[in-house]
Amino acid sequence: MRAAATTGSQPLIEIKNVYKQYGTGIVAVSDMSLSIEDGQFVSFLGPSGCGKSTALRMIAGLSEVSAGSITVNGHAPGSSSGPQDVAFVFQEPTLMPWASVFDNVYLPLRLGGMSRAQAAPRVEEVLAQVGLSKFAKAYPRELSGGMKMRVSIARAIVTKPRLLLMDEPFAALDEMTRFKLNNDVLRLWQEHGLTVIFVTHSVYESVYLSNRVVVMAARPGRVVDDIAIPGSYPRADNFRATREYTESCEIVSDALNQTLGNDDINH
Amino acid sequence: MTTETPVLNSEQNRRARIERRKAVIMPTMAIIIALLVWEGLVRYHEVPHYIIPAPSLIAQTLVKDWSSLMSSMMFTVKLTMLSLLCAIAGGVLMGMIFALSRTVEMSFFPFAVILQVTPVVAIAPLILIYVHDTFTALLICAWIVAFFPILSNTVIGLRSADHNLRDLFKLYRATPLQRLRFLLAPSALPYFMAALKIAGGLALIGAVVAEFVAGTAGQNTGLASRILESSFRNEIPRMFAALFLVSVLGIVIFLATSWLSRLVLGRWHESEIRREA
Ligand SMILES: Nc1ncnc2c1ncn2[C@@H]1O[C@H](COP(=O)(O)OP(=O)(O)OP(=O)(O)O)[C@@H](O)[C@H]1O
Ligand SMILES: [Mg+2]
Repeated sequence: MRAAATTGSQPLIEIKNVYKQYGTGIVAVSDMSLSIEDGQFVSFLGPSGCGKSTALRMIAGLSEVSAGSITVNGHAPGSSSGPQDVAFVFQEPTLMPWASVFDNVYLPLRLGGMSRAQAAPRVEEVLAQVGLSKFAKAYPRELSGGMKMRVSIARAIVTKPRLLLMDEPFAALDEMTRFKLNNDVLRLWQEHGLTVIFVTHSVYESVYLSNRVVVMAARPGRVVDDIAIPGSYPRADNFRATREYTESCEIVSDALNQTLGNDDINH
Repeated sequence: MTTETPVLNSEQNRRARIERRKAVIMPTMAIIIALLVWEGLVRYHEVPHYIIPAPSLIAQTLVKDWSSLMSSMMFTVKLTMLSLLCAIAGGVLMGMIFALSRTVEMSFFPFAVILQVTPVVAIAPLILIYVHDTFTALLICAWIVAFFPILSNTVIGLRSADHNLRDLFKLYRATPLQRLRFLLAPSALPYFMAALKIAGGLALIGAVVAEFVAGTAGQNTGLASRILESSFRNEIPRMFAALFLVSVLGIVIFLATSWLSRLVLGRWHESEIRREA
């Protein structure tokens, strides 16, 4: 296992020997240990069913660990202590169809008890950041797939979270839209000093975005490799053409292929 | 481009306007024609009015007996509306309790089903025995009929909230009240509106059927009593007039609930959105 990029600071997320077994008996995550420092952009990469979503949901406190422990900023995820500094972006935009774009983005603040008037400047600010200022009054059904995903991202960053968890957010989008949103996410990550965990199926997406790729294998779901990605931010326009990028892609692909080679359903 | 768009829009609007007008004109015409045919056939064959009265005679009766028919209609309206309101209040409240607790639902849902599947005609005589105030007894009968669709749809609606949205609310530590107000209630709204459309009609049916069973006579009674009374006295045109008013009531209730549904869901729910092709 290669050493991941470490900055020497206190880890924001500490995952220790975590197991997850569902009621059906399936072991979705097996003996996962990982520490993620503040400010990192980490991708979870692996074949379908290897427990990426499960791991992410446990970090968010949406799913309980069967054994082991997770701490986020020193607290158990989902515990009522600590500020609301975790945000989640789902694979689908997951917007409320009955609410306008503004109200969808306002939701986390509203649930935190903030009045509409208080929240309005902040909501407008994040809508501007994702380029949707003009659509504040629109309803989700009036937006394209990419625009809905942007609303979803705006809603995630409106609370100024420290940790942003994204579960294959762009899997359903076309490549051009995906590239654009990749850059948007990187920009927001840098501007806000976020820590991001980004689940994806795509080797190229993971290398482009992250400074660290965690490769997972299925049956049982586990971490098999942890690869540091060199390269500076913001990504240059020709980053995808650099040797640095293609070499990283090869390394990550090899690691991923090895996991598939071990897999009995892969011939 | 800038000059073309308005032209396209006005063409589209014009077509939509014609379509809307057609939706009113066609059924109106059809009804007028049907009435004319009816009138013509009755006159041509000289059908006696105590068998089938002509529409014109029904209209005359309507005018002649206006005040007695009106007060009966107000009674039926009051009965229907009150029972519908009680059904909404009871159905929504119980639906919320059921949605909160599976145990409560498992224990009490059978009762709701029994109430629903037993014909109200069969229960009404019992209720009339136990409840002395006739209006209250009628109200209970109509309520039983209208209550079930509201209850079952509210339960399904409250459970239908998107699971990712549920997770989101959990992540942001929403209180149960916030969850109900901002997530569960809006998710349930389309189901509730569908139930309301059904329950509105059922409340009227319940009100009329209950009154038939009660067979009450006298001043303070509804349209069903007018129909019964006319049938005893062989006043067939008056029977038709009362029947006509019952139908009008049903249509008004249907239109009102449909309009309300469009008003509430029109902007976002698939069932009420007018798609632009
Ligand atoms: N709620 C659940 N109940 C039972 N089993 C589940 C549940 N959620 C996931 N699993 C199982 O756990 C395993 C891991 O699922 P998970 O969704 O975490 O995979 P994933 O890596 O996110 O896959 P994908 O890339 O397809 O989204 C799978 O075998 C799945 O069948
Ligand atoms: Mg997944």
